[in-house]
Amino acid sequence: MSEPIEGESGGRRGEPAPRRRRAHTRTRDLERYAGLFAKRTQAMRSSAMRDLMAITARPEVISLAGGLPDTSTFPAESFAAQMTRIAHESSAEALQYGPTEGFEETKACIAQVMAAEGMSPDPDDLIVTTGGQQAIDLITKTLVDPGDAVICEAPTYPGAVPTFCSYEADVHQVSTDDDGMRIDDLEELLAGLAREGRRPKFVYSVPSFQNPAGVTLSEERRRRLVELAREHEMLIVEDNPYGLLRYDGDPQPTLYSLDGGDYVLYLGTLSKILSPGIRIGWVAAPPPVLEKIGLGKQAADLCTSTLSQYFVHEYFGESRWRAYISDLVEIYRERRDAMLDALERHFPPQADWTRPEGGLFLWATLPDYIDTTDLLAKALRENVAFVPGRSAYVDGVSGASSMRLNFSASSEAELREGIRRIGHVISEQIQLYETITGEHRVAAPPDEDEEPGGEVVPLPKR
Amino acid sequence: MKVAVLKGGSSLEREVSLRSAARVEDAIAALGHEALGIDAGPDLVGRLREERPDVVFIALHGPGGEDGTVQELLEILDLPYSGPGVAACALCMDKVAAKHEMRTAGIPTPDWAAFNATAFRELGAGETLEEIEARLGFPLVVKPARQGSSLGVEFAADRDGVPEALVAAFSYDDRVLLERYVKGRELAVSVLDGEALPIVEAIPRKEDFFNFAARYEIGRTEYVCPAELAEDDAGRVRDLARRTYETLGCSGFARVDLILGDSGPEVLEVNAIPGLTDTSLFPMAAEAAGIDFNGLVERILESARERPASEATLPA
Repeated sequence: MSEPIEGESGGRRGEPAPRRRRAHTRTRDLERYAGLFAKRTQAMRSSAMRDLMAITARPEVISLAGGLPDTSTFPAESFAAQMTRIAHESSAEALQYGPTEGFEETKACIAQVMAAEGMSPDPDDLIVTTGGQQAIDLITKTLVDPGDAVICEAPTYPGAVPTFCSYEADVHQVSTDDDGMRIDDLEELLAGLAREGRRPKFVYSVPSFQNPAGVTLSEERRRRLVELAREHEMLIVEDNPYGLLRYDGDPQPTLYSLDGGDYVLYLGTLSKILSPGIRIGWVAAPPPVLEKIGLGKQAADLCTSTLSQYFVHEYFGESRWRAYISDLVEIYRERRDAMLDALERHFPPQADWTRPEGGLFLWATLPDYIDTTDLLAKALRENVAFVPGRSAYVDGVSGASSMRLNFSASSEAELREGIRRIGHVISEQIQLYETITGEHRVAAPPDEDEEPGGEVVPLPKR
Repeated sequence: MKVAVLKGGSSLEREVSLRSAARVEDAIAALGHEALGIDAGPDLVGRLREERPDVVFIALHGPGGEDGTVQELLEILDLPYSGPGVAACALCMDKVAAKHEMRTAGIPTPDWAAFNATAFRELGAGETLEEIEARLGFPLVVKPARQGSSLGVEFAADRDGVPEALVAAFSYDDRVLLERYVKGRELAVSVLDGEALPIVEAIPRKEDFFNFAARYEIGRTEYVCPAELAEDDAGRVRDLARRTYETLGCSGFARVDLILGDSGPEVLEVNAIPGLTDTSLFPMAAEAAGIDFNGLVERILESARERPASEATLPA
């Protein structure tokens, strides 16, 4: 059903190829379908917002909305050579089904990626999934009955929201600040749940360069979070797509390495360090959990794309994967800096934003009378797009005055221009509000030539 | 017969338009005509000159396609097209202009006040809000003047909610209206060639009552067609819809949205190019009248070709 925002691809939208369509749906069929829909489908995102997001894919729009890595830097010749080798040497196998848990060779590649962040999982603890997204889905499917409590950050990864909703989880979001999830708030929430005799099934977290907020969980909080998992006998789902994309500061230990893999289920992906198009992700989990996830995987799609896994083997066989990540880090660091610089120049002083040390996103928060879903409509008229903050909240209401901005998928010039346009529409709305309410403070954006005056402010506690 | 289907465009309702057009193109092919889908972009005029269709089906929604702009181009190119003409489209798209017209013609429509952003920025319109609020009462509804679907439409429950609702509505248009909220049943009357089709009633789920976005989703809003109304109520509603259609100068088809409150039906707005998707109300009403989708498209094409002399504003 849902078109996750992450899937926004800026794809062409020209003439569709001629195709045969089924006869149209009649009214009584509609009513019949409506009567058949599962209750959980009612929790899914509104079609109005989906339609709005679809427009962001128009080619003339500078889209800071996607979650896309820049795949244009991947050397096409190597790609051609690798795929040719597969065709010549392993055609029959690469076109065949594979094992549900993934090939041993793929797991060996995954082990290399995890080792780069100080982890050494037993290959038997790994299952290869169709992207990290499937891993979130399988874990939720495995662990959550309708009404079970699940905890995640506020804001949380927008792509996880429809997953949690579709399994009818009772989702609780814990506020974040510059050091990631507020563990004191988490403890309070756990105590509250305990008073009701409830224990959450898991805490879902993107601890490093969080999507969407861009913040990173501090080491102290990581240690405490892992302790809490043990104390409460609950699982932590550590989603770490961006860990190797660090632009400054020191690497933090993963929750998985701090815990040793007892209570932490680790999700990884090659989407951001190689390609999202190959759909290769994975879960590292203790064997009893992994077995259930494997059953779910079998039901979902039997196995992850064999062809993609063969490509991964070839790619890692050339041993240049770390060098490619270093290239990406250089590119993305400059783009992040360009975005931060543009924000200081063009966003009004009433706006705050985070300053990520890595990853693909930052999170900007505007005065609470501005709803960024409406603002997106105005921004689209200026041919620029972002993700409205609401999509990072399960209630669909909170986060209304925030937005997620992506800096990995656009050139520095596009980033600067995109931020300038967004800054302009924000300033217009602020000025309008102030004239309506009679606050005559002038809210014009800072002059182009002026020294950057914007201050980096920690994520508001909400 | 070659039929160009204009679709997409750059309005916020692009996706709805693409879904409407897909169905229309299928119907045209099923009727044995040649369907030529054209995404309304910078090459629109060039494509139309090159293809010389016999008739143009406009399946565009929102500003640009539904406000008379495209219709004007088609007049200049001398191509017959579906739906209302330039003047009617311009009126229907602008809720404020349409309400003035209705009021003059004695068609009941909820009280309102309308402003553009300049009035607030330069003329101190903010100082009149208190008076407007006192006259309209709460809750009141804030809408952008020119925007389709439910985009930017907000309830303001009290004074504090008004500035925020205005800022939201101003995101979609430079002109907004504050409208008296009328409690009642939400009805839509589709009019085809001046004839009112069976009435559709939209019944939102309780929890979605104040969420206009949910009005367009099956599963969140229940649609009943024909609406279960007392016979004289249904007659009054359909008469009013027909009169509104005529008053605004519509031709071909249009959909009139009304509220049936304690003091009788009141017209909220008229959609010059109502949605034609699988979940749209206009095809639903046609079907209740025994006209299937292909038949509906055929009727619309016929009336497009029979349109009386164009409203050309240029000398021949």
